[in-house]
Amino acid sequence: MAAPQVKQGPTQARVDALELPTGGWSTPARQDALARVQAMGLPHARDEYWKYTKPASLVDAAVILAAVYSTDETPMFGDMDRLKVVFVDGVFDADASDDLALEGISIDRLADVKDIHWAKDLYGVLEARGQDPVERPLATLNTAFATDGVLIHVTGTPSKPVNLIYRHDSETSDAMLHHVIKVDSGAVLTLLENGPAAARFNKCLEADIADGGTLHHVRTQGRDHERRAATHIFARLGAQSTFKSFTLTVNGVMTRNECVIELTGDDAFAHVAGACMGDGDFHHDDTIFVTHDAVNCESRQVFKKVLRNGATGVFQGKILVKPDAQKTDGYQISQSLLLDEDSQFLAKPELEIYADDVACSHGSTSGAIDDDALFYLQSRGIPHSIAQDLLVLSFIAEAVDEIEAEALREEILSRSEAWLSRHRND
Amino acid sequence: MLEIKNLQVKLEEEDKQILKGVDLTVEAGKVHAIMGPNGSGKSTLSYVLSGKGGYEVTGGEATLAGEDLLDMEAEERAAAGLFLAFQYPVEIPGVGNMTFLRTAVNSQRKARGEEEMSAADFLKLVRAKAKDLKIDADMLKRPVNVGFSGGEKKRNEILQMAMLEPKMCILDETDSGLDVDAMKLVADGVNALRDEGRGFLVITHYQRLLDHIKPDVVHIMAAGRIVKTGGPELALEVEKNGYSDILAEIA
Repeated sequence: MAAPQVKQGPTQARVDALELPTGGWSTPARQDALARVQAMGLPHARDEYWKYTKPASLVDAAVILAAVYSTDETPMFGDMDRLKVVFVDGVFDADASDDLALEGISIDRLADVKDIHWAKDLYGVLEARGQDPVERPLATLNTAFATDGVLIHVTGTPSKPVNLIYRHDSETSDAMLHHVIKVDSGAVLTLLENGPAAARFNKCLEADIADGGTLHHVRTQGRDHERRAATHIFARLGAQSTFKSFTLTVNGVMTRNECVIELTGDDAFAHVAGACMGDGDFHHDDTIFVTHDAVNCESRQVFKKVLRNGATGVFQGKILVKPDAQKTDGYQISQSLLLDEDSQFLAKPELEIYADDVACSHGSTSGAIDDDALFYLQSRGIPHSIAQDLLVLSFIAEAVDEIEAEALREEILSRSEAWLSRHRND
Repeated sequence: MLEIKNLQVKLEEEDKQILKGVDLTVEAGKVHAIMGPNGSGKSTLSYVLSGKGGYEVTGGEATLAGEDLLDMEAEERAAAGLFLAFQYPVEIPGVGNMTFLRTAVNSQRKARGEEEMSAADFLKLVRAKAKDLKIDADMLKRPVNVGFSGGEKKRNEILQMAMLEPKMCILDETDSGLDVDAMKLVADGVNALRDEGRGFLVITHYQRLLDHIKPDVVHIMAAGRIVKTGGPELALEVEKNGYSDILAEIA
């Protein structure tokens, strides 16, 4: 089946501008993905799934420019013991990275491995499963053309987190990375990601978590204001497994974060949360799809957006409960704090439930700063601007609290506080 | 310390006059109490003095140690030494009580051109003051007022007062929602702060609180004015006969 007429030209132009990596075990998956993306076509402004976010700048074949922002701040997670894997504009930087050997996990690079590899059974597989019932062509494009990424097999409990660091050094970079993570039964990994990555970044993360496995994921998307990103997470959870993911986004003219979670084993646990703070030319989209396909699983979606000076926040979140997924506990909340009347929040919460013994709830709100709370703080001598910052932190705290490790929660809050103090209106 | 002259206040949003010429002077070292029926303007007076939005001053003046209060932002009034203990303290999820207290103390010091308190000194001080009010370490760590009982919230107000060491304290129905033991604890906290350099204005419906915090002067407020002023015996009279006798007397 060919893509709709309107999509054929732009899709072909984008594909023609890219080079399909060849040779090695991933070639069949890449060729398959190429055929799939050509069949569905890249997102178009008229697609229902892209109603609130204009896909053009994420799709166009033309080079996108983004100035590089320099700072002398301590890098994110800089004070923590972690295994660093550094990509500069999507290219692995061996000198800046740590030795990839660590007990309890094996880390390979997608661009390195040519021989047969365990990732063959997952690469593009979870992405392809995540195309139904909603197409996610940018992820498929990524499967076909990703130039690098990490393949992490977690067999035990490594002593420290793996930190993927994405540096942005070229104003014209257009990076595509694809990571595959396989967590064995009983194994535990904390994965950290941070950095602006490139002028335009397309990233795909596939995570297969076996029965009783745990994956904690914390990422921050900074700071280069003109950068654009489309990211996908595809996670499949076995019985009694845990997946917790938190994303902090500040700055960036365009971010679309999709997360597709499939609960396939009983008693599994998936939490996906995010906080974003946008000032001015900022568009941030969280698109989440959680499928319950097993008994007694719990899923939570907690998203908070702080918007000012015309910033836009989008939330599309869905919980699908299949007929046999009894005892499902699904929760979804998306809230925005609008600091002025120019900013907007667009939310589309969805529940689709086919089982009869489930508890699912969802809520979505937009609000302003609470005047009573503001007065309470000011009446104690706290100046208006600082009082407002405290209330913004108070607002995002529910999402930040979804992070398991206290040190990471504190890192996220202190970074948020620093960002706020740099972005005061007065 | 606090001087209010002919203060007239209306609601900003509607044409409703709440205070119709309040005159009141609270001297340093004294405790004044204001009693009065519901809707007489007692809470409005406390809000207007501390700088809450939504009110419009249509006449009169209010000064604290000679400084014009009505011209200042709420945080400036606090730094100048005014403190309001809220009738309904606000819950602020996600902001730790300690962070809140330290930010408040240091913001005021900064505004007054004083050096900020070090984290260690602050911790030592707050622990000592919290102990007197039977506030445990857990309450200090929790988000501001979140999950606090009525009594805990009021004790937390007094702790803030003790940490900020204001010149002028206004207590807005601090006894509401308190059982006898909690009221005693709060009153002890207030009495510990009584000092010849500090004035108090205690707004209450009941004589009971005034058994514990002994006032020097008692005012009766009705329909936006102070209608009668006397000694502590005036509060006893209200407790015994209600307001109707007093109101009838002045009508």
